Amino acid sequence: MRLQFILAELGQGLRRNVSMTVSVVLVTFVSLTFVGASMLLQAQIGKLKDDWYDKVEVSVFLCPTGSPSPTCAAGEATPDQIAALEDVFESELADEIQTVYFESKDDAFAAFQERYPDGYLGTQLTVDDMQASFRLKLTNPENYEVVNDVVTGRPGVEVVEDQRRIFDSLFLALNRASLLAAGLAAVMLLAAVLLITTTIRLSALSRRRETGIMRLVGASNLFIQLPFLLEGAIAAVLGALLAVGGLWVGVKYLVTDWLSQSVTWVAYVDEADVLRIAPVLVGIAFLLAAVSSVVTLNRHTRV
Amino acid sequence: MIRFENVTKVYARGARPAVDDVSMEVRRGEFVFLVGASGSGKSTCLHLVLREERPTKGKVFVAGRDLGSMSSWNVPKLRRQIGVVFQDFRLLPNKTVFENVAFALQVIGKPRHTIAITVPETLEMVGLAGKEKRRPHELSGGEQQRVAIARAMVNRPPILLADEPTGNLDPTTSLGIMRLLDRINRTGTTVVMATHDEEIVNQMRRRVIELDTGTLVRDQAHGAYGARGQVIPDPDRSASGAAAGTATGPAPGATPESAPTTAVPRAEPAAARPAAEDEPAEPPSRRSVRRHVEATAGE
Repeated sequence: MRLQFILAELGQGLRRNVSMTVSVVLVTFVSLTFVGASMLLQAQIGKLKDDWYDKVEVSVFLCPTGSPSPTCAAGEATPDQIAALEDVFESELADEIQTVYFESKDDAFAAFQERYPDGYLGTQLTVDDMQASFRLKLTNPENYEVVNDVVTGRPGVEVVEDQRRIFDSLFLALNRASLLAAGLAAVMLLAAVLLITTTIRLSALSRRRETGIMRLVGASNLFIQLPFLLEGAIAAVLGALLAVGGLWVGVKYLVTDWLSQSVTWVAYVDEADVLRIAPVLVGIAFLLAAVSSVVTLNRHTRV
Repeated sequence: MIRFENVTKVYARGARPAVDDVSMEVRRGEFVFLVGASGSGKSTCLHLVLREERPTKGKVFVAGRDLGSMSSWNVPKLRRQIGVVFQDFRLLPNKTVFENVAFALQVIGKPRHTIAITVPETLEMVGLAGKEKRRPHELSGGEQQRVAIARAMVNRPPILLADEPTGNLDPTTSLGIMRLLDRINRTGTTVVMATHDEEIVNQMRRRVIELDTGTLVRDQAHGAYGARGQVIPDPDRSASGAAAGTATGPAPGATPESAPTTAVPRAEPAAARPAAEDEPAEPPSRRSVRRHVEATAGE
C-alpha cells in the first residue's frame, strides 16, 4: 500500500513538472560528464606513469675532460671516484636503488654507434668524446630527489638527471586539462544543485495542499518528503547514467577505436575505466540530489 | 483531554501576545465552543493543540502528553489523535469524495482492506452514502464540509478540532453540520469548535470559552454567545430582545441556567466593543426577528 502510494505520488510529481525534471537530468548529465572526463584524464596520467616510469632511469653523468662544472675541476672522473660512488649506492642509497648499471665510455660509444652507424649529423666522434655514467633504477621513481641530494656535488659527478623530466611537460598539459574539466564540472554541479533545489521547491509548493493535509492527519515526515526526495534523486541518477553512457561512447570511439589504432605505443584508458568510475558518478549525483532535497524540504515542508 | 497551563504565545518579538496567560481544561467527551472576535486568539489555541505552534510560555497538554517536551518525530502520532475541520474545507479537488477520505488513511500507512471498510462506514456516518464518486466541486458547501468531517473522523480520533466549520455555510446547512458534530460528540469524541456563529452557540447551549485579545474572559457551562455591540441603533431590539429572552441575554450569568465556572467580568461595557463583528451586512432588525422565530420554534 505504502510503496504503491509513494510511487503514484512520485509519478504525479514527475509528470507535473516534466520540463524541470528534464533540465535537472540534462544539467547533471553535462556536469557529470565533465567530472568523468577529469577523472579519466587522471586515470590516463596514471596509466602513462605506470607504463613509462618502469622504463625510465636516473642517470648520473660522470665528469668528462674539460667540463665547466666545479665538481669536475680535477678533470675526468678517476676510477677511485667511481668506486666511491658505487660504495654510496650500495650503502647509503641501498633502499632507494633497485639496480645499478655502469656505462663506461666504451659502452656509450658502442651504443652510440649502434644507434647512428653513419655518424651523428656528419660529425666524427671517438670514444673519448663519450661520457661515462651510472644508470640507476629506483625502487620508487618518486624518490628521485633523495638520490639527487646524496649524489649531486660528489667529486667526479658532473650532473644527475631524472629522465622523468622529459614527461613533465606532457603531464603538466594533461593535468591542466584535467583541472579545467574539474573546474567546469564544479560550476555545472553548482548549477545542478540550484536547479534541483528549485525543482523541489516548485514541486513542494504546487503540492502544498496535499502536504498540508498529510501533516494534519499525522503522516510521518519521511512519508511526506519521500516522493520529493525520490523525484530529485531519480532525475539526478538519470543524468549520471547518461553521463556514463556519453563517456563510454566517447572513450570507445575516440580512444579505443581511433587514438590507440594510430598511436600504438601508449597505454590508453578504455571502457573498463569508464565502468570503474560509473559508480562514483552515480554516487555523486545521488548525494547531490539528497543534500539539496533535504535542505530545501526542511525549509518548505517542516512539521 | 486538553489542558492549557498559563499559556502565552507571542508571534513576533515585542508584539501583543496572541494568547495571553490562558489556563483551561477540556475534559474527555466535552463539547466546547471557543468564541471571540477575529484576532482574539481562537485559531492560535487550536494551532497550539495541534503543535503547529509552540507556546512562548506555559504548558499545553493533549491526551496526557506535554507538547512542550514532545520530540518532533512524535508530532505525527499526536496528530493522528486529533481530527481537524476548517472553514474552507481543504479538500483535494482532483480526488473523489472516497479518495479524499481514504487519503487520510493512506498517508498514515493503513492497509488497503481497512480503508475499504472504514471509508464507506465514515461516509455513511456523515450522510454522504452514494456520493463516493463525486468530486468536491460537484458538491454543495455543506456536503463538502461533511467530506472534510469524514476525513477528520475516519481514523477515529478522540479529539475533533473545528475552526469555524460553519463560516462558509448558510444557517440551515450550518444546522445540519452542527447536528453531525453533536452526534460525533455523543459517541465520545471531544469536540472543540472555534466559531463566530452566535445562533449556533446560543442554540446548542454547551460550554463556552470566550477569548478577548488573547485573554480568557469567560468560561461558562451551557453558555450563550455573549453580548456584542450593535452596528446600528436598533429600535426593534429592545422589544424582540425581551421576547427572545434568554437567547440574547446581554450579559453572561443573567440567565438562570448558565452558571459561570470562571467569574471573569467583562472589562469593557458592551457598547464600547468594536463594531466590526461578523455579518455586518445583515440589518439587525431582520436578524433579531429570525432569531426570535427560531428561538420560539426550538422550544
